[in-house]
Amino acid sequence: MSHPVSANRYYVPEPSYWPLVGSFALLLLASGAVLTMNSIANGGFLLAGGFAVLAVMLFGWFGRVIGESEAGSYNPQVDRSFRWSMSWFIFSEVMFFAAFFGALFYVRVLSVPEIASLDQAALWDGFKDQWPTAGPAAKDMFTPMHAWGIPAVNTLLLLSSGVTLTWAHWGLLANKRQQLIIGLALTIVLGLVFISLQAYEYFEAYSHLNLKMTTGVYGSTFYMLTGFHGFHVTLGATMLIVILLRSVKGHFTAERHFAFEAVAWYWHFVDVVWLGLFIVVYWL
Amino acid sequence: MQATHTAGAADHHADHGPQPTGLMRWITTTNHKDIGTMYLWFSFVMFLVGGAMSLIIRAELLSPGLQYVQPEFYNQMLTLHALIMVFGAIMPAFVGFANWMIPLMIGAPDMAFARMNNWSFWLLPPAAILLTASIFVPGGAAGTGWTLYPPLSIQMGMGMDMAIFAIHILGMSSIMGSINIITTILNMRTPGMDLMKMPLFCWTWLVTAFLLIASMPILAGAVTMLLTDRHFGTSFFSAAGGGDPVLFQHIFWFFGHPEVYIIALPAFGVVSHVIPAFSRKQLFGYASMVYAIAAIGLISFFVWAHHMYVTGIPLTGQLYFMYATMLIAIPTGVKVFNWVTTMWRGSLSFETPMLFALGFLVLFTIGGLTGLVLAMTAVDIQLQDTYYVVAHFHYVMVAGALFSAYAGLYYWLPKWTGHMYNESLGKLHFWLSMIFFNIAFFPQHFLGLAGMPRRIPDYAQQFADFNMISTIGSFGFGFSQLLVLVVVFQTMKGGAKAEARPWDGARGLEWTVPSPAPHHTFEDPPAFNPAEAHG
Repeated sequence: MSHPVSANRYYVPEPSYWPLVGSFALLLLASGAVLTMNSIANGGFLLAGGFAVLAVMLFGWFGRVIGESEAGSYNPQVDRSFRWSMSWFIFSEVMFFAAFFGALFYVRVLSVPEIASLDQAALWDGFKDQWPTAGPAAKDMFTPMHAWGIPAVNTLLLLSSGVTLTWAHWGLLANKRQQLIIGLALTIVLGLVFISLQAYEYFEAYSHLNLKMTTGVYGSTFYMLTGFHGFHVTLGATMLIVILLRSVKGHFTAERHFAFEAVAWYWHFVDVVWLGLFIVVYWL
Repeated sequence: MQATHTAGAADHHADHGPQPTGLMRWITTTNHKDIGTMYLWFSFVMFLVGGAMSLIIRAELLSPGLQYVQPEFYNQMLTLHALIMVFGAIMPAFVGFANWMIPLMIGAPDMAFARMNNWSFWLLPPAAILLTASIFVPGGAAGTGWTLYPPLSIQMGMGMDMAIFAIHILGMSSIMGSINIITTILNMRTPGMDLMKMPLFCWTWLVTAFLLIASMPILAGAVTMLLTDRHFGTSFFSAAGGGDPVLFQHIFWFFGHPEVYIIALPAFGVVSHVIPAFSRKQLFGYASMVYAIAAIGLISFFVWAHHMYVTGIPLTGQLYFMYATMLIAIPTGVKVFNWVTTMWRGSLSFETPMLFALGFLVLFTIGGLTGLVLAMTAVDIQLQDTYYVVAHFHYVMVAGALFSAYAGLYYWLPKWTGHMYNESLGKLHFWLSMIFFNIAFFPQHFLGLAGMPRRIPDYAQQFADFNMISTIGSFGFGFSQLLVLVVVFQTMKGGAKAEARPWDGARGLEWTVPSPAPHHTFEDPPAFNPAEAHG
């Protein structure tokens, strides 16, 4: 007995060498990073080579996926797979940030009070339980980052970018392509201004506030959390630029535009992480 | 009508165009069966590498004093042995089973993301290269134990950096693989197969994939902080800067405890297929099995500090973590009782898969009970970092996960190769494994109770006899594993033809396709047949 051949089967891609290219890129990146961090010659070349190969892989692989999508290979079931997978990917990112937020809470609630407690007085005499702190062995003074300067402006920028992105989505849903493109462009500009301000803040911290990665746990948690967040904003902005270019080329319809939605989810996720950062890293 | 389904599949080959052959077939493949096979072979190679390292460890421990290796090298061997066995052997083995079997069990044409699936696999070799090559760099490999505790891990040489990046890459692989598995299970079941009618192996992997997605990023965060403490002057794990080395232990075990169930749950899944098949009965208590899996997965996130009773956590913390840990015994007990009840008044036969499943059942239960002993804070303070712990987790990891993997291997080998394996060799493999495993690891309970510390290459005279017995057992166990290679090669090359359903008690969609399973199966969803359902 033969089944009726369905015209709309689940799409299983053809064999592809991109996975191997990606693995090679990561091997180069890891080896390059190990050599560079241990000050061994030529690590930089491996690192640069790794980034180059990774960039080629990302262009090639995503280009292929966009091509398949535009060719209509993806049926609604594939679309549901994309939705599940993006949700779980964002969940994994939430857990990644949870490790660093957890470290911050642990340090503030447990380790700093413990080091300042009477039990440790013989080791660290005179160390006071206060936040921010660079720890009992710190010699230099530093100025913590003030919440109501650049960080508050950045909060406004990111929140507004969430609004412009939703406005762009409304444009896409209503088939108003101009609104889509203007909304996306505004979102990208807001994101890039955010990244620039963040870079300026780092510059200020290093040159005037004496606030560095080496500034005890305050510096460690500050740079780890804001640094990984900034990296994610950069990724998100890059993805938005791709979506903008695709929109200009006429990709996406009011009914089928999961790539747009995935990037929008990601952008909102980065936005929410920022709110957490603003409250517990800068403000409280 | 199920059995004839794949006759149609063969006609569809025309859709697929010219396919790469030779090595390129394996490098570029998007086929879940090819990728599953690669995962299984990779895990077996890493099993031999990690096993060779364990023999170096046991050879050194044959008698008191230092005879073969320096303490530094001993530490590197036990670290790499653990990292390779956990991340390179056991986890990829069960991912291999998942790749091969989940699409067949749920009637899907492939994994949800076939191309990403291949990347999940091909990320493993770079990580394995980084780990094994780290032995040869200045300062040698990481020598901290797989837990990578600071401050030691902050002081080590560049081998530690290689281990950290290897863990990052392995984490990416696990997260991608898990997203793929979870999406496949949630979105690609054949119409009519409700979640509560799904084979239990799929259920265990659904929960395992969730555990991986939730816990691997935490490990990535932990080793990232190690890396910045090592090279960029941060103070996460240094009290001088206001941090705390114990913070690392909290973060590590928040990953590390779910990791134990990441390894155990798919093993439970395999056993939940094998025992009913050779008892010729439905699995007893399907729904309670599902709830038990979910409960184990959930509770595993709230028990991590039972690895840290001696780090100075407050008494209330010790009490909470003790009771929470003991709570896991309830769903685990439900599973053990259900397996036993499945066999009750069944029509039992004892082919190799069943033998390994029974070996699993007995030895895993012993490992679970010693786990309960260790869960008690007052007792654990005595047993922390002794050989009792080593014995406990080898009963869970080797007799638990590895025996279950062998049960799965012998159970599905006819489906994969189209031939029956050599039953006498299989049984010989089981009995040698069963006997030598217990010779190797049972005496370690006594060593631990007598106070022999783990992770030390030398020991006091009074531990000599049991250590010699343990070393003899470990060499016997190690070399009897080579029998698998013989069995698998024999089965691949020939042997009695396997029927589509070589085990008369087996049920499930995977047995409705011919043996060997055609390259492409279920390109259109098969009709759901309640007689093949597990629930």
